[in-house]
Amino acid sequence: MRVLLVDDEEELVSALAERLRIRGIDADWACICYDAIRRVESKRYDIAVLDVKMPKMSGIELKRRLEEKRPGMKYIFMTGHGSEEDFRAGSAEAGTAYYLVKPVKIEDLIEKINEILND
Amino acid sequence: MSCGCDMIGETGLRFYGKMTASMSHEIKNALAIINENAGLLEDFTLMADRGMPIDPGRLKTLAEKVIKQVQRADGIVKTMNRFAHSIDESVKNVELDEVLDFVATLSGRLAFVRGVTLEVESGAIPVTIATRSFFLENLVWLCLDFAMDATGGGKTVGLRAEQTENGARLKLTQLQGLSERTTSAFPGEREIALLDALRAELAINERAAEIVLMLPRDIGQ
Repeated sequence: MRVLLVDDEEELVSALAERLRIRGIDADWACICYDAIRRVESKRYDIAVLDVKMPKMSGIELKRRLEEKRPGMKYIFMTGHGSEEDFRAGSAEAGTAYYLVKPVKIEDLIEKINEILND
Repeated sequence: MSCGCDMIGETGLRFYGKMTASMSHEIKNALAIINENAGLLEDFTLMADRGMPIDPGRLKTLAEKVIKQVQRADGIVKTMNRFAHSIDESVKNVELDEVLDFVATLSGRLAFVRGVTLEVESGAIPVTIATRSFFLENLVWLCLDFAMDATGGGKTVGLRAEQTENGARLKLTQLQGLSERTTSAFPGEREIALLDALRAELAINERAAEIVLMLPRDIGQ
């Protein structure tokens, strides 16, 4: 399983990626949306976990850009905001079940990843 | 949101909601980082239980990251507290550099997400006026919100306070994209209501790429 984590909080995605790797998951991370796009161009990921609010490009817009590069890739949105507006936007893109509010338990994240990939 | 409240009250509530939502978002990020680093510590101890040695340097780095995020969250909570207390007194003496610094801090995350840098240019002489501080913070935010879309390629908003004969002048500068923005909607009814309440005036100077707020020295009670 190959996972790409994208969030402008470097200390968050780097630690989360390390924890996923400890659990045997191939996880990479990016803090800038354009880096995420470059990564997806050069490597095939099964799923991307995207922060909703990031500088210059929202997670929703990034998802659309990544979909153009890799149709069929799956997504989870992760946010600290949790506003109704964000929830509606994230849910519309990824489905209510795939919209997680920070801080997220790693077991819950892995469960969601497995659910989506087995769907 | 429309509740039949007066314009200033509704605008103030919107401002308060916007800022506290942004700050709570930042606290959530700090908590999420603490959560992952604490999780890593737990992972390392579980691995140590299975006989894998732990690098003390890694543990030290993780502890430092946790401490840094606790300090970050503490700073945000202090800002939230100060923001809440800015409604305590209706009129009080405020130092304008401090007001600009404070609104820039409040708006920091919102500016970051929009890719805009805020530069508060402190003057040599402090400029103090007696005004309604919460209303002033609200008005500066509304101007900043507009200004952040009018930065052009520079993506920077300068904020500066200057003393004038009758009071003070606040400037939002480096707005090279001002002429491209339609200004018919700005100042809108919210800004006008706050300008009236503060006995202030607003001018848009496209040539100088500035928005200027003129404020009286003492608003009175």
